[in-house]
Amino acid sequence: MTAFLALVRRDLALASRVGGSGGLGLVFFLMVVTLIPFALGPDLNLLSRIGPAILWIAALLSTLVGLDRLFQADEEDGSLDLLRFSAAPLEVLVLAKVVAHWLVTGLPLALAAPLFGLLLAMSPEAMATSSLALLVGTPALTCLGAVGAALTATLRRGGLILAVLVLPLTVPVLIFGVAAADPSREAARPALLALVGLTLGAAVIGTFAAAAALRPAE
Amino acid sequence: MLTTMARPGAFMRWSRSLLPPLCLLTAALAGWGLYLALMVAPPDYQQGETVRIMFVHVPAAWLAMSFYMLMAASALGTLIWRHPMADVSQKAAAPIGAAFALICLVTGSLWGKPMWGTYWVWDARLTSMLILFLIYLGILALWRTIEDPATGARAVSILTLVGAVNIPIIKFSVDWWFTLHQGASVLRLSGPTIHPSILQPLLVMAVAFTCFGFVLHLLGMRTEVLRRRVRRLALLEAERLDRASVPNLSPYAASA
Amino acid sequence: MQLSLDHLACRRAGRLVFTGLTVSLGAGEALLVTGRNGAGKSTLLAAIAGLLRPAEGRITLAGTGERSRPECVHHLGHRDGLKPSLTAAENLAFAAAVLGSAGIAPGQALAKLGIGAAAGLPVGYLSAGQRRRVMLGRLLVARRPVWLLDEPTTALDREGRAVLFDLLDAHLAEGGLLVAATHAPLPIPGARELSLSPPPPAPPSPDDLP
Repeated sequence: MTAFLALVRRDLALASRVGGSGGLGLVFFLMVVTLIPFALGPDLNLLSRIGPAILWIAALLSTLVGLDRLFQADEEDGSLDLLRFSAAPLEVLVLAKVVAHWLVTGLPLALAAPLFGLLLAMSPEAMATSSLALLVGTPALTCLGAVGAALTATLRRGGLILAVLVLPLTVPVLIFGVAAADPSREAARPALLALVGLTLGAAVIGTFAAAAALRPAE
Repeated sequence: MLTTMARPGAFMRWSRSLLPPLCLLTAALAGWGLYLALMVAPPDYQQGETVRIMFVHVPAAWLAMSFYMLMAASALGTLIWRHPMADVSQKAAAPIGAAFALICLVTGSLWGKPMWGTYWVWDARLTSMLILFLIYLGILALWRTIEDPATGARAVSILTLVGAVNIPIIKFSVDWWFTLHQGASVLRLSGPTIHPSILQPLLVMAVAFTCFGFVLHLLGMRTEVLRRRVRRLALLEAERLDRASVPNLSPYAASA
Repeated sequence: MQLSLDHLACRRAGRLVFTGLTVSLGAGEALLVTGRNGAGKSTLLAAIAGLLRPAEGRITLAGTGERSRPECVHHLGHRDGLKPSLTAAENLAFAAAVLGSAGIAPGQALAKLGIGAAAGLPVGYLSAGQRRRVMLGRLLVARRPVWLLDEPTTALDREGRAVLFDLLDAHLAEGGLLVAATHAPLPIPGARELSLSPPPPAPPSPDDLP
């Protein structure tokens, strides 16, 4: 537990210091949300109808963009070896890194979603449900992404491979996330529950798979 | 004269003596401007009292753009003359410009709610301001990413100047995009031609905002100069440690 | 406590770097691993640390109780594992929390290494030798019986080396084990030396599937 908290605290400190990536995911999120109307046109009716979908695509992309450095930075400077010598299981430490990363990227996205919903002329109910769906669903994205990040930790060009590996795995999250964000649909509630299930499942699979990928074996 | 004034030490001295009168001037102008804007100016026959938001909105937009120009000018100073105060001026201007762009966006959407029934419309002017805000965010992100101030200033200067060249192009293409979609949405932010009773408070407010921006910029520059001094002291401290010897030498020190 | 290598062979990049290595090391004993570049010194340390699975043979660490081998070792490799934006004290506090089995406080450890004044400075501001000393501080903030040091004198000046040798002496006196890969001779009384030389390159056989 000491190791878990120390790792979460260290990663939060790193994100907030100079050179850290704190807040960048949020800026990227805003940029993607801004770009889509330029492609579609400023039709508020159309935008409000597809608003949840835009928010989810933007959340998916901005979660993935920062993930390639999740383990790579630690691998490069050798602090990943430190984690390998820890008395705490590697799975716990992976979970700590995932939690810290989600606190820096996923949580701000979910909290800022209502604000960005304004840009897409979404109704207040749609903003509330989108925010809730993102709050519940983005941890699943981070956990699945962590597997890709662990697999590509030692690769020079991790970023693009990571996206190619992970994006197909996120399809269920996208499907249920958008469904849960739409208050007009009857299926919104079951979809939200399915999203909770996906997140819990991804937390288990993600931490174990990422730890297995990081464990030394040759 | 100018080169002497631009030395960090001299800057810290004259800016300290300049700041109090400038603050007073800003407060006086803002008080007068707000009085004119809130009490004297008549409510608009169409927009009612909401027209008063304009007295904040328009000066904020003006300052958001001016600060970008200021950054671009400082960027030239960084790239051509490599003057450290140009770096400082650039770095101090970025968050202030971003803040004014944000104020412009927020007041614009507050104005939009009673006018259009929605907080945001992809109007050409508001959208251009949003993109300017995004460019500001990119510049701030680059400042945050590079630890060494001189390297950071060079990188940011290049980004700022590329942005400066691109902003007219962006503005033009957003206008074109907007007219392309006129059929879908025919709302426009610009009101009817400005009446003189509104023009006077607007001008006073614009001058007050400019003074306020100047105060903020000076304060930001002073903070940045101090921050750099702290950083240099820390670096010197690390260097000094390297030269100092270990107090209690072991018997190995002689043999090794 | 007893560290035994039994007919150990290790691969690096699919090629055997050494074979048939049999060594045993007891409490308070030191082993200095020497050899040319590429002889497999770092590979041997990584194998003992558990970062690398040996191709053949066994590594056993007896008398550790419940703890596994990676939990008993300190491995200081080429990469220092320090975050430039964190201060020296923060880096060491993190290492202590992650490694467990707490030793002395980070501030004390840094003072002992002669860089107590650097505790509050970001590691990014420090010179290579100072960073090396901060890294050595890990040996003090977490107590572990087996020290695996890869070129420990790199970047250290005369005083730095003296401090290091003091640490090694104290560690061995307490019954710790030390394996150090080194070019420069370390003045450790009674240390055994192991010289690694690469085996002749074997022609690839059809059974060999790396």
